[in-house]
Amino acid sequence: MLDETAALTLSAQNLTRHYGEVVAVHQFDLQLRRGEVLGLLGPNGAGKSTTLRMLTGNLAPSSGGVEICGIDLLDKPQEAKAHVGFLPEIPPLYFDMTVNEYLLLAARLHRVPKEALKAALENVKQRCGLEQHSNNLIGTLSKGYQQRVGIAQAIIHNPDVIILDEPTVGLDPNQMREIRQLIRELGTTSSVILSTHILPEVENVCDRVQIMHQGSIVFDQPMIDLRQQNTSLESVFTQLTQ
Amino acid sequence: MIITIIRKELHMLFISPLAWLLLALVQLVLAWVFLVRLDAFLEIQSQLLQIANPPGVTEIIVTPVFAVAAIVLLMITPLLSMRLIAEERRNRTLTLLISAPVSMTDIVLGKFLGLMVFFSAIISLIIALCLSLRTGGMMDFGLLLSNTIGLLLTVASFSALGLYISSLTAQPAIAAAGTLGVLLGLWLIDLAASATQSWLHYFSLLKHFDHFNQGLIDTLSTAYFILFTVTFLVLTIRRLDGERLHG
Repeated sequence: MLDETAALTLSAQNLTRHYGEVVAVHQFDLQLRRGEVLGLLGPNGAGKSTTLRMLTGNLAPSSGGVEICGIDLLDKPQEAKAHVGFLPEIPPLYFDMTVNEYLLLAARLHRVPKEALKAALENVKQRCGLEQHSNNLIGTLSKGYQQRVGIAQAIIHNPDVIILDEPTVGLDPNQMREIRQLIRELGTTSSVILSTHILPEVENVCDRVQIMHQGSIVFDQPMIDLRQQNTSLESVFTQLTQ
Repeated sequence: MIITIIRKELHMLFISPLAWLLLALVQLVLAWVFLVRLDAFLEIQSQLLQIANPPGVTEIIVTPVFAVAAIVLLMITPLLSMRLIAEERRNRTLTLLISAPVSMTDIVLGKFLGLMVFFSAIISLIIALCLSLRTGGMMDFGLLLSNTIGLLLTVASFSALGLYISSLTAQPAIAAAGTLGVLLGLWLIDLAASATQSWLHYFSLLKHFDHFNQGLIDTLSTAYFILFTVTFLVLTIRRLDGERLHG
């Protein structure tokens, strides 16, 4: 059960984003508490990625604001970004670097103190199952391992908010299970936003689910309520987005 | 933070064979010019002794070497600057830098300074080449200093322009072609306006370098180089910020 008193880690108010005449995201509201895993669902083009890019400071909202751990993302972008880990849809990997080099770079960029670098690196490699590949070039790894490096990059600095855009794409069923396990683990200490197309993944991992359609939130409920009502996520999803 | 980005840029540069290849080629070309000039100097040395106040070894050898170096660096700048932002955009790795607690200014300055460290390595090799003349006689260190400062300022302008053009596109090849085009244009302006005291001269980067090449640390030229560099760095930062706002 979610603790209502847990600290608010991320709050977005009235986020709106236009691309010219097109409204990609309209009045997006979100309050996320520590220890909560939110599943963000929606058909292609619903505005999920745009929303996530706004929450991570990659894209400025046309209106509305984002606060991360009480710090305004637009006023103090650097302080706020230090609390966020982001895995975009396409993992931002330098194929010419080895796993170690890349993760060290990510740690330094995220201001992990020098003394803690080594421990952070070992810890994250262990969590993501990358120990065997420390000195391999990222470009030579398989898609699944590249995806893990992408996740490792997002969590190496122990962020309070972790935002994962389709993290299990291209993984085999075993890897998928491991990654879901990892997300659940992360969800105990941080807040996680998980954007995905795979409904069982959300049913499995998330505490709360939001469905976006044409730029707006059309559904927002804790998973536990859904289970009590005995409605399947799939039927809700089809009903709302068709 | 800037240091982290400079380190990353240098790392990326030196794990590719391109940087090493360019270092070797530049050194080869300049050593060749150096030897040709040294040869010429030795040939005319006896005649030089007969004129009053003859040009020294620095003027006869070092000046032309730096003049050629400026043109060679003009040619290789596009190859080095093209990938700075265009490639990151193409590979979607820019997101890593933008999502990190690093300001846009840090990213742009880090990339610019990373490239400048590489060019400083090339320039220090040229200086080492010239200093080898010390074994045979006296050198005019003032002239060497003004040439070094001039070349650094010129290359900073080249790099800032290359960085800006790289930020305009997602295709490294287009960035390279664009940069080369503009740099050649800025060079050719000089030739086009060579006959007259035309105002066009003020825009030619190599014309301004000429002053330094002849041993004159000119305030106007220095100001021009600094303004040119700062302008394009600011434009790059604005371009990347604009992408976040409008893109």
